[in-house]
Amino acid sequence: MVQEVSHPFSSYLRSAMIPHIWCSGCGNGIVLNCFIHALEELQRDLDKLVVVSGIGCIGRTAGYANADSFHTTHGRAIAFATGVKLANPELEVVVISGDGDLFAIGGNHFIHAARRNIGVKVICANNFNYGMTGGQQGPTTPLEASTTTTPYGNIEHPFNLVHLAAAAGATYVARWTTLHVRRLTQSIKRMLQKEGFCFVEVISPCPEIFGRRNKMRTGLEMMEWFRRASSVENFSDPSKAEITSKRILVGEFVNVEKVSYERLLHEKIGQINEKKIVW
Amino acid sequence: MTKKRALLAGAHFMNGDVACAEGAIAAGCRFFAGYPITPATEIAEHLSERMPEFGGIYIQMEDEIGSMAAVIGASYAGLKAMTATSGPGFSLMQENIGLAAMTETPCVIVDIMRGGPSTGQPTLPGQQDVMQAKWGSHGDYGIIALSPSSVQEMFNLTIEAFNLSETYRVPTLLMGDEIVGHMWEKVVIPPASEIETVNRKKPHVPPDKYAPFMPDDDLVPPMACFGEGYRFHATGLTHDEHGYPKTQSSEVQSKLVRRLCEKINKNEDRIVKVEEIMLEDADIAVISYGIVARSALSAVRKARETGIKAGLLRLITLWPFPEKRVKKLARKTKAIVVPEMNCGQMVREVERAAKETPVAFLSKLGEDPHRPKEILEVMRRSA
Amino acid sequence: MRIEIRFAGFGGQGIIKSGIIVAAAACIHGGKNAVQTQSYGPESRGGACKSEVVIAEEDIDFPKVVEPDVLIVMSQHAYNEYVDDVKSGGIIIMDPDMVPHEKNLKKVRVFRIPATKIADELGRRIVANIAMLGAFVAITNMVDEKSVIESIKANIPKGTEQLNLAAFEKGYEYGKTLLKS
Repeated sequence: MVQEVSHPFSSYLRSAMIPHIWCSGCGNGIVLNCFIHALEELQRDLDKLVVVSGIGCIGRTAGYANADSFHTTHGRAIAFATGVKLANPELEVVVISGDGDLFAIGGNHFIHAARRNIGVKVICANNFNYGMTGGQQGPTTPLEASTTTTPYGNIEHPFNLVHLAAAAGATYVARWTTLHVRRLTQSIKRMLQKEGFCFVEVISPCPEIFGRRNKMRTGLEMMEWFRRASSVENFSDPSKAEITSKRILVGEFVNVEKVSYERLLHEKIGQINEKKIVW
Repeated sequence: MTKKRALLAGAHFMNGDVACAEGAIAAGCRFFAGYPITPATEIAEHLSERMPEFGGIYIQMEDEIGSMAAVIGASYAGLKAMTATSGPGFSLMQENIGLAAMTETPCVIVDIMRGGPSTGQPTLPGQQDVMQAKWGSHGDYGIIALSPSSVQEMFNLTIEAFNLSETYRVPTLLMGDEIVGHMWEKVVIPPASEIETVNRKKPHVPPDKYAPFMPDDDLVPPMACFGEGYRFHATGLTHDEHGYPKTQSSEVQSKLVRRLCEKINKNEDRIVKVEEIMLEDADIAVISYGIVARSALSAVRKARETGIKAGLLRLITLWPFPEKRVKKLARKTKAIVVPEMNCGQMVREVERAAKETPVAFLSKLGEDPHRPKEILEVMRRSA
Repeated sequence: MRIEIRFAGFGGQGIIKSGIIVAAAACIHGGKNAVQTQSYGPESRGGACKSEVVIAEEDIDFPKVVEPDVLIVMSQHAYNEYVDDVKSGGIIIMDPDMVPHEKNLKKVRVFRIPATKIADELGRRIVANIAMLGAFVAITNMVDEKSVIESIKANIPKGTEQLNLAAFEKGYEYGKTLLKS
């Protein structure tokens, strides 16, 4: 007789939504895995967790997490999450989305959420291109990379996401690759325990769509690039952390204390009502 | 000393934007996200002062796209939420108004219409967004839109908009204009205990049995909120009753989208409000809404003085379109006159419903609504 | 009886506020129906500006002014724009220092109130509109004096009551004097 064995983390997943839609060799599963590990290690109450995502492959993560979850329009995850966090600050609000969603169409929301220091935690799976729509150039596509819309090589300078996040005011900024699973998990844990706007970038392989046009046909080949190019350096200058084929600087870049928008707002509301003595 | 939330009551002289903001507070709205824009800014300004007094949230977002997204988030987190804007911002909001329709999010969007298209005439009125109200976001969906004609109605209909949005889980639009927004008039606010407010219905099953998009007989699904232990999923993708994406199923698409339309259309009789003035024996009827309805009323009164049997059907609800009322009216009148501050929008709906009855359209653009005598002139010619 | 009043000048003169004060006086403090509408340009200061008030015992349908019974005008531009709209037998109340070029008008009564000078003498040009209001009340008696004073108090920034009421008083006296002469 065959006994059904359930996965030790199955309670963190919405089983009705599995199997997932991701290609073999994709790094999104690793991101989800590390996120779940972090929740497990922190013994977080899933009833108080809201996972929000935008559009793109990684955007499906919201549906796979066994928590309250919302899959928004393209680019709007952070703006939606802002409404959730302000309406109920007791909720842990995590945005998991991609580089195109968060930094091209959603770039404005990202910088303003960071500036306000709203207590939303953002995990960005950066795969250097628009995977779901077939591999177009995006805001993180490296110079000279080949994509379906840069057949002659990319001539746009990519964003250095950790620099952008630090400059916009995030209280915690880190970058890891999907190779650094333990450090990534620790980083997500640290982020979940912090106040204010936090950002973790995960360099994630997309061999089927991005890799095969750029001489890395398998997940392993992409991971090999991450291994070769990455170096761990904590609290280095994020402005010097551009990603190149030769160098992927990873580590924590920012970890500062700053009072969150929602705390300031609710304190202000308290003060206003103290002062207001009506009749 | 006991602290008291000072909900206004009694007679006040205020402008329409402020009346709308006070109506929102009275309706139980506790979240506002917006972006400054003439002529709706006074709503945001007033709520930035009033919301905190009620423990509510006011936030100025980076744009109208973000404002609408934050409103949906706040509504799913359990608060009654709204935003307010004008034409250019209304265009930006359409993306997430579609998301609100698809995810059946109770919320209120106020559009204080100004002259368009594009940046147009920021300080002048218009009625040019009324078709956008219905068809602004892509795809098919039901929507409710109300049209206030006075400062009092800016207050009353804001409450009504919240009640309808909570009842039907649908984004509800308050389509004001620059004149009603900036006009000052008396508003009589009843005591809070006499203001009827409606809250969304909550799930009547435990979390393991809950399907967030499983409708009751009224076609409206009960709504759990984040953090209540239901652990549900919602998405802008076509989804089944559980909220799970079903992007390849014709059956699910057909069932969901038809229900989104029907939950509004099939409840037309319950939703629609109109005002009928001197229509009993009318040979000629003016069909009008918003600020223009006041010109029309003046014209109808003048027409009666000169012996023309005229009457006014004032549309308080624009969407769903009061089709049955217009059909009934068309059957017993010789002619219909439709004045609008646009190049002909709701008149298309009137013509469709009126069938054989001739419909005269009177367009006006710019600073003032139609002068009563301009409408009277068309009535004379049509009579 | 429907009364139509139009205030006109440029942005920054308190034109819109004047309309609100009169309408609120008639409505909240005077028990009639009143509605105030406005039109203004994109400039906060200096652009053309118009504020209209309709007062009636009965419900007010059309809220805009068609043919003003009274025009209160504080700039040459506004004078040129609106002077011909005034109803036959109507009243024009103007600040002659702001309107140097007058037309020869036949069917209306014209009252010249040096409101800006009055305000300057009180030390703050910003209350010229309130001096005009005082003259308007004295000349037309369309709105009760006490109601207007109450309405001024309710619609001005705290701490400016004395200044505003002084301006109102001066304008009122000036208006009364003109009526007698």
